Order: sequence, then structure tokens, then C-alpha cells
Amino acid sequence: MRDLPPPARRAPGAAPRRWLALRRTRAAHQPPAPKPPPAPRNASRGRGLLIAGACAYLILLLVVPLVVVFSEALRDGLRTYLAAITEPDARAAIRLTLLTAAIVVPLNVAFGLAAAWAIGKHEFPGKRLLITLIDLPLSVSPVVAGMIFLLLFGARSVLGPWLTAHHLHIVFAVPGIVLATLFVTLPLVARELIPLLEAQGREEEEAALTLGASGWQTFWRVTLPNARWGLLYGVILCNARAMGEFGAVSVVSGHVRGVTNTMPLHVEILYNEYHFSAAFAVASLLALLALVTLAAKHLLRRKVIRG
Amino acid sequence: MSDAKAAAGIRGSGLRIELRDLSKAFGPFRALDRVSLSVAPGELVALLGPSGSGKTTLLRILAGLERPDAGTILFDGRDAMARSARERRVGFVFQHYALFRHMTVRENVGFGLRVRPRGARPADSEIRARVDALLQLVQLEWLADRYPSQLSGGQRQRVALARALAVEPKVLLLDEPFGSLDARVRQELRRWLRRLHDEIHITSVFVTHDQEEALEVADRVVVMNDGRIEQIGTPEEVYDHPINPFVYNFLGNVNLFRGRIEGGKAYIGDVVVDLPDLALPESANALVYLRPHELDVERQPTAGARFHARVQQIHRAGPMVRVHLLTDWGDLMQVAMTQERFQALQLETGAEVFVSARGMKVFPDEPPASGASS
Repeated sequence: MRDLPPPARRAPGAAPRRWLALRRTRAAHQPPAPKPPPAPRNASRGRGLLIAGACAYLILLLVVPLVVVFSEALRDGLRTYLAAITEPDARAAIRLTLLTAAIVVPLNVAFGLAAAWAIGKHEFPGKRLLITLIDLPLSVSPVVAGMIFLLLFGARSVLGPWLTAHHLHIVFAVPGIVLATLFVTLPLVARELIPLLEAQGREEEEAALTLGASGWQTFWRVTLPNARWGLLYGVILCNARAMGEFGAVSVVSGHVRGVTNTMPLHVEILYNEYHFSAAFAVASLLALLALVTLAAKHLLRRKVIRG
Repeated sequence: MSDAKAAAGIRGSGLRIELRDLSKAFGPFRALDRVSLSVAPGELVALLGPSGSGKTTLLRILAGLERPDAGTILFDGRDAMARSARERRVGFVFQHYALFRHMTVRENVGFGLRVRPRGARPADSEIRARVDALLQLVQLEWLADRYPSQLSGGQRQRVALARALAVEPKVLLLDEPFGSLDARVRQELRRWLRRLHDEIHITSVFVTHDQEEALEVADRVVVMNDGRIEQIGTPEEVYDHPINPFVYNFLGNVNLFRGRIEGGKAYIGDVVVDLPDLALPESANALVYLRPHELDVERQPTAGARFHARVQQIHRAGPMVRVHLLTDWGDLMQVAMTQERFQALQLETGAEVFVSARGMKVFPDEPPASGASS
């Protein structure tokens, strides 16, 4: 132990910073830490070990599963793969997933813009409470979110008899799936935009106002273009979550094959029925979506940072 | 420049601004306390004061970006408060320019023309010509297709000005226009703004905390403190005849001594000075102000020399030599003199000197509760 260098000489904080940089967080986009002075050999060996450990961890938890998904999907050949993703039930599931996303994303964009504009550019009582409330869906388990809609619109709920009498099917039907997905993805666009609009301040809007622009013109020509990359980023996150949501949708869907099955639910059913290659084939589509999302996110993040 | 001015559609017109008893509070903080002010057509007025004195609030109220709690604003005798910021025809240049970052310089300058309702909007070709003329006026034609992030501070400032002028404002308001520029660019832009104003004669109000800037650029200076106006006057008036200790203190470097006023004489340490000013009270504590450049130093006692002191420190760098003296009664006194005078006197640390004052201002030291600056 005695031949170890004193801790103070070991480029303080260098190793933990490397760790943080590997995670896909905002921290990774902060200006790089100043280069640590050349560390003694013992320290560099320790650092190498840490990096190797981190890489092994990532490979085990992220890369291996991804490889498994695609290799399992293609195990019985390309023809089986294509058959699995084009059979009627799979096509229905893909259609329903796309429909849900097509309804949910625009609604959340509208909500996110309105909420972020109100919160980011104005002061009003209850503002902090509203921010907390918007975050609620993120802290509630998706299953609970599904249960809420079951309790609200289910056959035995207060609204149940009235809904049945008017032939309105919400639970175990497409509207329920859309509602549950909406609830779960509600914060995603707003959370991206609020800090962005807050940081940009009100000066440009005020300048537009003194130049004679109306409220709408200011919004369309100044506020929105300034927030465009952040908005697109939020849309991508929201879309990924809307297509991939399992828990909440599972509760309200009722798993009617070809009717109320989304892609994640369809994967589960196939798997439970021992159709492994088919399950992995559909799952590979979701994995592909994830990869595309990540790539888009990576490209956009740079633009958001640069403004 | 005047060709550009004509093409940009800027006419030598301005309106009269009349402010009456404006008050504004932010929570418990009184930003403005019954402020009244009038600005003549075509005048360039500086609002000068320390931060928190209410000058920016006053400017924002003029622009319609803030509503006063009480008081009236008249533009050419007509109530301006009935009109929103959008309708006031006021050009506002923000402290940090507030250029639209996703638009080029050309698009920024043309913005105010493009957002006009269809009937009042000039044709595209006309907008283009006007923008070109404005860019020529601010000498930035060659940067028309750049984005704000590609410009220097001084260039952004001029784009902001061109953008504000594009809508043919009746009033031009500038919030700390040179605040975030470095000293040399600031000097240059200051003179440029003064020249520009002399050409286009638009009623202008600018906010600054820099007394030198206010004195150099403005026709009239409004000295503000604690949400109130302390003094209004030409630069010469406020500099030479400050009406209270705050104004004296705020405008330029000063030496301050505390003394007594007794029967028409002021007592400062062991020095007695006759006071010509009859308005002063018979007996009071006194604040005595002396400007460093209004003090004359001699090596030998002369008839007018009142203060006896020793040289403590000498700063030779710069156009003036600044000498710090220690007076007999123990206060420090700053003196400024030319390099030639300094050479002639052959001063050194510890030397004995006699000082006479060409100008002196004595104010009774009122207790803070009476409202005067402490």
C-alpha cells in the first residue's frame, strides 16, 4: 500500500467523469473536462480496468440483447421472417400502433407547445404545481395508469352504464388504447420545450411586439422557429414511447387479436404461444425503431445545443 | 448617409413625450415613484442612474412593455397608454440586442415591414430596397446574409438599431445601448449614434449607468435614483451645478469631506472656508465635495492655498497624473494634473504641498429620513 501515490496526485475526478461520459445524458454534452495531467502507471492501469468493466457491462446489457433479437428473428430464414411480419394479425398490430402514434403525437405536440409557452414565458400563481403535475405520468407505474382508465370507463365504473347505453366502447377498444398512451406520453414534448423556452427568455418576443407583430405572428415567426429542434426531439421521444408502450396499453386493450393488439402486445402473445421466431421478428421492428430513434436523437441533440 | 436616410424612409420627425406622475411597483419594490418628464421633439435624452434606480422600467413603460400602476403618458398630447406596444410605433433597442437568432441580418431588419397587415405591407421589392438602405445607413451592407451569431457585439448593436428604424418609429428607445461592448467599440458607437441622431432627428431616450456616456451623447440628462428623478438638465448644467450630493457624487470622480457649517463658514478639519451660498442653513453638518481636476497644487504656500498635505501615492499612467494626498486632519484627497504640471512641480512621495480649490460644493448633511441621498 505504501508505494501508492498520495490520492491528491491522481488527477482528481478524472475517472468518474469518464464514467459519466459513457452514459447518454446531458452531462455528455457539457464542455469536456480539462485533460488530466499524465497519471502515474498504477492509476492508468486502474482506469483501464474501469473502462473495460464499463464496456463489458454495456455489451452484456445492451449490445447482446440487440444482437439476440435480430439473430432469433432471422433464425428460420428471411422467408419466415417476412411471413411473420406480414401475416394479418401482425399487420393489424402494426396498423394499430401507427394509428395510435398518429393520434397521440400531434395531440401531445399541441399540449406540449401550449404548456411550455405558458410555463416558459410567463409568470403565474401555481406554475410550479403545474410543472409537477405534468411530470406525474412519469412517476406513476404504467399499469396504474391503465387501471385508472379501467376504473373511469370500465363496465362497472360510474360512467360504465351510460357508455354502454350509448354504444360507446372505450375500454378494451381503440379509444382506451389511445387514452392510455396519451396519458403515458403526455410529459415528453412539454418537458423538452419548457427548459428551452425558459432559457431563451422573452426579449425576442418583446422585440417582435415593438416591431408591430401580433401574438400569432410572434409565435409562428419567432417562438416556434427558435424551439424547432427541441420540438422535433420531443416528437421523436414521444413517438418512440407511444409505439413501444406496453404496461398501460396491456391493461386497457383486452388483447383482442387483430383488433386491439398493438405491436408490443402482439409480441407477448406470440411468445406465450411458443412462436419464438415470429415474436422476435415483430420485436425486431420495435428494436429497429429504437435504433432509428437513437440516431435521430443523437443528431438532433447537437442542433438543440447549438440552438 | 443622407441619401441612405431618404431611401430608408426616415423623415426628420419626432414627437413630444410627456410623462406625468408615473408610478410602478414590483411587489414591495418601488421601481418608479411619481416620475414626471417631458421630452421635446427630436431631442436625445439620457436616463442616467445606478442599477435599480428605475431607468429601465421607465423605458419599458414608454415602449408599452410594462404597464404603470399610476400616471399618464402622452405622445404629442394624445394618450399613449390606450395603445399597446404593437401600436405605439416605438423603436426599441434591447440591451442584449434581442436579434432573431434564426434569421439573417436582412430578415431581421425587414421583420417589422413583413409582419404588417396585407394592406399596409410594402411590396417585396420595396422591402428589399428599404432594408438595403438601412443596412447602408448602419454601414453593414456586406453582412446582410450573416446570422446574428456570426457578428461582433458592435455589429449586432447596429443591426438592432437598423431593425428598430425600419418601422419608421416616432420614438427611439435604447436600453443600455453600449453596455455590453468593450471600451473602444463603445467610444466609437457613441459618436456614431450622436451623428446618426443629428441626421435623422428622431425623439430618442436612452438608458445608461455610465455618466461619461450620458454627458457626451445626450442633449439633456435625467439623473435618476431610487425610482425618482434627482435632476434634469443639459450635460453642463448637471455636471457644473449638481443640485444635491447624489448627483454630484454620481457625475464624475469626487473627493468627499465631512465638516460643519457654522454662520456662513464651512469647517473642514482645521480649514475654514467662506461660503457665498446664502441658502445654506445657519448650523449643520456639512458634506464638502471637491473634484480632483479642480484642485491646484503648489510647493510653496500661496494666498489661495487652503489645504496643507503630503504626497502619499503617484499614478503617472494615462493622460492625467493622479496624485493621492494625505491632509493634515487625516483624510485622503485625490488630485488630477497634467503631465506638464507634474513635471514642473517635481513631486515625489512624502513631499509637502499646498492645495487650493477652484471649485467646491457644500451641501448640508441631512439625516437619511428626510429623503436626500445618504
